[in-house]
Amino acid sequence: MARIGVFICHCGTNIAGTVDIGRVVEAAGQMPMVVHAADNKYNCSEPGQALIRDAIAEHRLSRVVIAACSPRMHENTFRKTVAAAGLNPYLLEMANLREHCSWVHSDGKEAATTKAIELIRMAVSKVARHEKLFPKQVSLTKRALVIGGGISGIQAALDIANSGYKVVLVEREPTIGGRMAQLDKTFPTLDCSSCILTPKMVDVAQHANITLLTSAEVKEVKGFVGNFEVSIVQKARKVDHAKCTGCGICWQKCPEKAPSEFDMGLGKRSAIYIPFPQAVPPKPVIDTANCRYHKHLRFVEEKREGKPPPQCRVCEKLCPVGAIDWEQKDEVLTEKFGAIIVATGYKAFEPAVYAELGYGKHPDVITGLEMERMMSASGPAGGDVTRPSNGEHPRDVVFLTCIGSRDEQRGRTYCSKVCCMYIAKHAIILKEHYPDVQCYVFYMDVRAVSKDYEEFYKRAQESGAIYIRGKVSGIRQEDGRLVVRGEDTLLGEMVEIPADMVVLAVGMEHSPGSAELAQALKVSYDINELFIEAHPKLRPVETMSDGVFVAGACVGPRDIPESVASGSAAAAKVAALFSQEFLTTDPMVASVDQMKCGGCLLCTKVCPFKAIDTQVLRDGRTVAVVNESLCKGCGLCVATCRFGAANLRGFTQQQLLAEVTSLWQ
Amino acid sequence: MAIDFEPRIVGFLCNWCSYAGADMAGTARICYPSNIRVIRVPCSARIDPLLVVKAFQLGADGVLVAGCHPGDCHYTEGNYYSRRRFALLYPFLEYLGIEKGRLRLEWVSASEGRKFSHVVSSFTEGLVSLGPREKVPAEGALP
Repeated sequence: MARIGVFICHCGTNIAGTVDIGRVVEAAGQMPMVVHAADNKYNCSEPGQALIRDAIAEHRLSRVVIAACSPRMHENTFRKTVAAAGLNPYLLEMANLREHCSWVHSDGKEAATTKAIELIRMAVSKVARHEKLFPKQVSLTKRALVIGGGISGIQAALDIANSGYKVVLVEREPTIGGRMAQLDKTFPTLDCSSCILTPKMVDVAQHANITLLTSAEVKEVKGFVGNFEVSIVQKARKVDHAKCTGCGICWQKCPEKAPSEFDMGLGKRSAIYIPFPQAVPPKPVIDTANCRYHKHLRFVEEKREGKPPPQCRVCEKLCPVGAIDWEQKDEVLTEKFGAIIVATGYKAFEPAVYAELGYGKHPDVITGLEMERMMSASGPAGGDVTRPSNGEHPRDVVFLTCIGSRDEQRGRTYCSKVCCMYIAKHAIILKEHYPDVQCYVFYMDVRAVSKDYEEFYKRAQESGAIYIRGKVSGIRQEDGRLVVRGEDTLLGEMVEIPADMVVLAVGMEHSPGSAELAQALKVSYDINELFIEAHPKLRPVETMSDGVFVAGACVGPRDIPESVASGSAAAAKVAALFSQEFLTTDPMVASVDQMKCGGCLLCTKVCPFKAIDTQVLRDGRTVAVVNESLCKGCGLCVATCRFGAANLRGFTQQQLLAEVTSLWQ
Repeated sequence: MAIDFEPRIVGFLCNWCSYAGADMAGTARICYPSNIRVIRVPCSARIDPLLVVKAFQLGADGVLVAGCHPGDCHYTEGNYYSRRRFALLYPFLEYLGIEKGRLRLEWVSASEGRKFSHVVSSFTEGLVSLGPREKVPAEGALP
């Protein structure tokens, strides 16, 4: 028989001012199984807690009801109090007399007192059905997986590695560096992007704690925080990187050329290639779609008619270490991790959907990222900005902002954050390189919100760039030049500007495959396929999936400082996780009574956390079994179960029924 | 109709949004009628429709079920399940002779103390005008 103690708090006058405490104490003392009822000026104060601890000992209480404020406020405080008195901390229930009663019924003392008594009766009948609960300890693998080798992933990997833990960094492309590696200079300081990025890339390659997997993708994720099991596909590179020294003779001699993805198609690369000279690892991969030998193989395989193309195999003949491996296949590696950081970054918006702007039709209409490659000293043109149509230097350059940003019609409602600033950067640099250039910027609003950004925008204006507030309705070709037609909304009239080049400030959108990755990781994503953090303000790098963190632009448009900061923040979370010897799990989770389970397995389908597995019993029945490390205790399965086999500790069917029933006793 | 009729209301509130919203009503001292008795559950999806039926069987005049707004569920999708479950429960309650206005499903976020107070007030008023409820037939007495 339970011995229940009820402790009623005055909370100064917060409760006692409205509720007749004397009557409540008297009524509580007469409730079934209650052996002790007392009031207290402040239950949560140290003397108040001491009184509770003493009463537990004196009256040999086995369960406790605290009638005070909201459990969301002080449940943990009182759990510690009862634990200090030697009780299991989960043998406690709170009745919310303050937020749900005295504060909202201050106009009726009688009704509030009646309600307070009933709230206590509900808590008493529930606590009588509480069980001792014990948090479980599970071991953890102190090794982190970072998905995405852009600046954010690089920062995260380096920070974790420097904290003394092992990291595997997985990158889909043949090199790390991400979008930042493509940039020429960075706003607002105009640092050369490669100069600040490539040393970090080299640090990653050389760090003893980091294993770098390029040309690799995450395929499947199993397990839970501390104990993830991840399948990673290492794509065939056709080059044995263990043998390759990166001497470069193969990509210099390869006769087949293809547009370079890194240079946004403005330059060429060979079929065996490294994306750019400072690539990490500095070892090539073979692009089988363009490689002559592979074209030959496909021709033979598909039994096409005619003469097959020549076999080539120049790289194989020239390689001094015999690293070319035509037989190499995709390989699946399965590794264990304790935590995962997603830093998959962004993709630049494809502007072809803006038919009126003629991207893809007029060669002189280019994107911001193409401009970056043109301006870059290591780019295909060596930093010389010329018109793609005729190779001449442009005189008039028009920039259009918000291409794929703040545009409901194109389904991109958000602001991409960086475009205003990179356009200011382009305008400043163009003017520096070519003093006779005139820049025009069509803008909706200029958003320059971080440190030194507003000053940088002013600098662009002072350099001579003309800012026109309004949107562009069309671009047409006239006498070998472009004419940009748009509205100047400040003057309220249409303007036409002849231009030699038009730069579209394309926004950021999700990296391809984000939704699939989010599903594999059981992380939620929004309508734009951007990852959703656990809390946008207070938990910005965590996700609702414990042990999975997010960093960089995969959460939403971010500039370099924010990407670096979020990478470091995610790394700090991982380091804090790994500093524990064991992980403690919340015991208020679901359980399935295998004797009652009918094996319909509906619960496994509805569980939002995929926390219910199946198990075949010795008698051949298949039953559901809860993985307590994954379960978050929502109780969806309990209400779904047709057999009454599933239950939720702390909120069992019996407890909730007792609460309802107690109202009519 | 009895003028002094005080309806008995059972409220099932999810811990993360609606219970917190009710707390918010308290912190902001937004008064509402004292007829409701709140049962805290982790998620609206935890609420077995049988608990609601049980409350009516015992004599509740109204049952309020409140959870996070669609899309805001702490457990990502629990409230969608409750929405469908209670859509199915309504015709069953009607079959039991319980009017539609006696079960109310609401979305109340943690910041909507005013909304919570408004919901309880208007629900209580609605129940007062509906009047005391006919008893649910005892088990076995159903056709």
